[in-house]
Amino acid sequence: MITKFQVAYRNLLRKKMRTLLTLVGIMLSSWVLVSLLGFNRGYERSLNHDIENMGYQLMVMAKGCPYEAATMMLQGGTGLRYIDQTMVDSIAKEPEVDKITPILMQAFFDPNKGDGGGIAGYYGVDPATFPGMKPFFRFRQGGWFRDETAAEAVMGYEAAELEQREVGDMIIVPEKNVTLKVVGILERTGTQDDGTIFVPLKTLQKIAATDKITTIGIKLKKDADSAKLEAELYKLPDVQVVSFTQVKQTIMKLISTARVMVFSVAVIAILIAMVGVVNTILMSVLEQQQEIGILKTMGAMPGDIFRLVWTETLIFCGCGGVAGIGLAFVLARMTDILMRRILPYAPGGGLVAIDLRLALLTLTVIVTVGLASGIYPAWKAGRVRPLESIRSDGR
Amino acid sequence: MSGNGISLEARELTRVYRMGSEEIRAVDGVSLTIGRGEFVSFVGPSGSGKTTLVNLLGCLDNPTSGELHLAGRSIFGSGHILSEKDLTRVRRELFGYIFQNFYLIPTLTVRENVALPLAFYRKPETEEEVDRLIGMLGLEQRRNHLPRQISGGEMQRVAIARALVNRPEILLADEPTGNLDTKRTEEIGEVLQELNRSRGLTIVMVTHNPGLARLGERIVEMRDGRAFEA
Ligand SMILES: Nc1ncnc2c1ncn2[C@@H]1O[C@H](COP(=O)(O)OP(=O)(O)OP(=O)(O)O)[C@@H](O)[C@H]1O
Ligand SMILES: [Mg+2]
Repeated sequence: MITKFQVAYRNLLRKKMRTLLTLVGIMLSSWVLVSLLGFNRGYERSLNHDIENMGYQLMVMAKGCPYEAATMMLQGGTGLRYIDQTMVDSIAKEPEVDKITPILMQAFFDPNKGDGGGIAGYYGVDPATFPGMKPFFRFRQGGWFRDETAAEAVMGYEAAELEQREVGDMIIVPEKNVTLKVVGILERTGTQDDGTIFVPLKTLQKIAATDKITTIGIKLKKDADSAKLEAELYKLPDVQVVSFTQVKQTIMKLISTARVMVFSVAVIAILIAMVGVVNTILMSVLEQQQEIGILKTMGAMPGDIFRLVWTETLIFCGCGGVAGIGLAFVLARMTDILMRRILPYAPGGGLVAIDLRLALLTLTVIVTVGLASGIYPAWKAGRVRPLESIRSDGR
Repeated sequence: MSGNGISLEARELTRVYRMGSEEIRAVDGVSLTIGRGEFVSFVGPSGSGKTTLVNLLGCLDNPTSGELHLAGRSIFGSGHILSEKDLTRVRRELFGYIFQNFYLIPTLTVRENVALPLAFYRKPETEEEVDRLIGMLGLEQRRNHLPRQISGGEMQRVAIARALVNRPEILLADEPTGNLDTKRTEEIGEVLQELNRSRGLTIVMVTHNPGLARLGERIVEMRDGRAFEA
């Protein structure tokens, strides 16, 4: 026999174009919503992952705005401020310090990198202490340097990928014309380390003609008081301390502005889609007054008609919602790229993390809002009087 | 249902339409009785109140005053008016309706259209009614066609089958052949007469077609809201 559900969905098929357009509206809003929720989760997770994989919780660098330093690095490595390497030993004496490692960051302009050249980031690291900070590093090929003055390099996954390097290859440090031998290539970590080339600290100091360093990475002892150590470190002349917990908070604050904006867009998208649903359903109710009237002469109660029209809304929102979520899964990668364009800072790894729970949450939101917007047209349909609708037919 | 053989009894039924300050007495104090199994035709000039009266008899509308008894039950009377829900209950229990326009659901097949009332309300032992009616009305070959794929006469037969699927006591037909040519009109007339004879279905029909009207055992003529029986 025929069920009310069949009547409802066949009715939707009647005006195919209109139904399709409304569906697309719902689909898009559900896509936006689930992507945003996924982004919300994914971003924080990736950021945490990035920060945990720094290996150290505190970083000491020369005084100056860290953003300024970063920009200078990007502009060609000049102008970076240095600190004395002796500082490492004095900080190491602090009771909170578990591990400590000196780092020299250098950036060279490589005219052969990408279109019109690019920046190659070199990290001078201490072979004795740096690997201990990053116990999670895995080598795809080779291993760490033979000794602390070797003319050797370990390449991050992407750095090696980009230049198609293998262990045993020789690379030339741009600007300096120094040749280094690749002894190790790292597995992907999903962090900034992937794009970096690691060189023994002493070697890089020689290349850069300096005996100083730019950064000190500090790993705290378990349950150590980070604030106390930070206060202590601030007493040192001309240094600043970057705590990654703080960095994270700052980034999350920056992101939250973007987040509010994008969420508003999502809310607006949903509202527009819902107006579309109300419009479509209401139009079909008005067009089908006579059919509704005839259903009533057949014995359909106002509640039956209400449910019939409501079912149409439910089908709309259910299908549109599921399609949108499907779209979000398929296009997660694209959303990722889009987000990276508009965000002030994006960690490595997937930014958009959609799982079943988020998908269900989104579907619930869409269906709930959809059902709410179906109330008015459904109520209106339920009130159609059989007589008037049949009379309204230019007898 | 009613033991006394009376299917429908109207007393002083009146329906007044108010248009601003003007009052139109579309039905003006009509009293009549229709027995079970009768076939009654209503004729009369346009605007004489046929549709209005038949709608009152069929519980599609509340009268302004007057009384109506159906199957021994008082439906309207002494000023009491039924809610839309109560009207629906009476309608689905007692009536089947067909109109000049067939109002088939265009997205459903012939068979689905016939079965549609059962989606909302179902009297016991109506399982086989759908196919029995399709067979009886000669629609077997058309059962899986959509309304736009069949002729006007066939559409009205589908509408008749749909009106009868819940075994109503009374079939109410307002100009059932208004949209059909002479040949189809005769066919529908035969179908109605056959239903009246073989099933004892009470038929209340409005028509402008004198030939069709003569199929009724009784002909009631309406003039200015009043009913006159020949
Ligand atoms: N909803 C309404 N509001 C106001 N006046 C109405 C309404 N329905 C009918 N009338 C008036 O009541 C009178 C009777 O109308 P009705 O439709 O019952 O006539 P009829 O005999 O069925 O006519 P026809 O043969 O043209 O169908 C007419 O004057 C009509 O204009
Ligand atoms: Mg009429």
